[in-house]
Amino acid sequence: MNIALFIIFAVIILSILLGIQAKKGKDMDLEQWSVGGRGFGAIFVFLLMAGEIYTTFTFLGGSGWAYGKGGPTYYIISYSAVAYIMSYFMLPKVWRYAKEKNLLSQSDYFVSKYNSPYLGVFVSLIGVVGMIPYFITQLKGLGLIVSQASYGTISPIAAIWIGAIAVTIYVMISGIHGSAWTAIVKDFLILAVVLFLGIYLPIHYYGGIGSMFEAIHAKDAQFLALPKEGQSASWFISTVFLTAFGFYMWPHTFGSSYTAKNANVFRKNAIIMPLYSLVLLFVFFVGFAAILVVPGLHGADADLALLKISIKTFDPWVIGVIGAAGVLTALVPGSLILMSSATLLSKNIFKVFKPKATDKQVAATAKYLVPVVSLVTVYFTINGGDTIVALLLMGYSLVTQLFPAFLFSLLKNNFVTKYGAFAGMATGVATVAYVTITENSVGTLLPFLPQIIKDLNVGVIALIINLFFLVVVSLITPRKDKSHLQGN
Amino acid sequence: MHAIKLLSLLPIIGILLGAIFFNQVEPIVLGMPFLLFWLVMCTVLSSPIMWIVFRFDPNRKEDELE
Repeated sequence: MNIALFIIFAVIILSILLGIQAKKGKDMDLEQWSVGGRGFGAIFVFLLMAGEIYTTFTFLGGSGWAYGKGGPTYYIISYSAVAYIMSYFMLPKVWRYAKEKNLLSQSDYFVSKYNSPYLGVFVSLIGVVGMIPYFITQLKGLGLIVSQASYGTISPIAAIWIGAIAVTIYVMISGIHGSAWTAIVKDFLILAVVLFLGIYLPIHYYGGIGSMFEAIHAKDAQFLALPKEGQSASWFISTVFLTAFGFYMWPHTFGSSYTAKNANVFRKNAIIMPLYSLVLLFVFFVGFAAILVVPGLHGADADLALLKISIKTFDPWVIGVIGAAGVLTALVPGSLILMSSATLLSKNIFKVFKPKATDKQVAATAKYLVPVVSLVTVYFTINGGDTIVALLLMGYSLVTQLFPAFLFSLLKNNFVTKYGAFAGMATGVATVAYVTITENSVGTLLPFLPQIIKDLNVGVIALIINLFFLVVVSLITPRKDKSHLQGN
Repeated sequence: MHAIKLLSLLPIIGILLGAIFFNQVEPIVLGMPFLLFWLVMCTVLSSPIMWIVFRFDPNRKEDELE
């Protein structure tokens, strides 16, 4: 075992130990296990949410996009800014409602607002199906990092197994407490690594960040702006909004908003998060620096840009530290995804069909589902294709279909009925599935439209269809029960 | 709706306008292509803007006590 691998494995073991430590002395019912007893203050929630946002996607995918696509990568910074602004107004309402009704999962929210356990089943299914590609991206990233850091001695498939086993163990033992503690270790490490790489590499190879961009600009005059067609300004704007709408619709992100102690936690986070999100900028710098240093990575291989330039530049022990940071960016979100999927499957599906199950049985089922979800994901990771970003975008389009019904549920007088919510989500998800499987874009579906509309992110169509059915069906179906209309 | 909350729309409008009108590489500002610089500036400014919104948020006090 080389020094790089040694460091990576030491960090994995340390994070498992931290998880076990965090669990000590706490009685773990489902509420403790999944929402930490709603006792997390601003710093913990901040770390937990930051932990979800700085994932392998940003670490490898973000630098890979900067390397392969250039200008369109800027959407990543912009959508998070828009999402944080929205969170200031949305999350305190969600949190207060969740506390009042004692909710544990995202589906509970829809069940309670629309007074329909079956809508909850459907929301859970969308959530779990959307999270699996997300989890696959994390495991794929893990596989790339460990196999690159082993200089070829560990295969990506073996690395995927190691990562999946590690994340399963610590989720089963400690639930969300483990995630929060590992998030702290991870955030310090990733911050240090990304700042170092993003500053050092441009200076080392180009003499500075400005001169790096000038060198890239000299080689390709359009690369650092948005292209005129394809990923153009209209693609950029539609993607920024779609992703911002989807941002908090991930079951694990939605669910971690329940962990806060009070509503101001989110308002304070909305002030700090934008600044913290600028760390991403340095991830992009690494990808841009790699363009002229390690050229020739095409398609899915662009995801290797950060690792390749690091290996070319540094000694193995530095690769170990970079790899350890990368592994943690996969483990923290991975653990949250696993936990959320298991809680959803158990509480919002199993319990609905088996109403007599006790709380203890539901909690136990959630725990035993963790390795099952892991195994399913490992299967798809090893057998599926595609780049990190493409997979993530599909999951994003799926969970974004929850947004219209969610948004209307915040209104004091919500006209949307449970049938309308169901019809909107179903047609939206069906559209996403159709478009993804047939690989259509707005341009291929509606070739007669002007370019500016053709370039819109195809998710816009799904959202419009969703909204249409949501409104029409709500207007023609009765609102039997008035009690679910009392929002806040 | 408290009027000051409308301030939070500014960074969002900035991002929209930037993509439409400032889709250009030059001039390079603070070492960054102009579009990137513009979008980063919108993100940075959203922090003090949200702080101002928070300062004047009527719900702030009561929520602190919960």
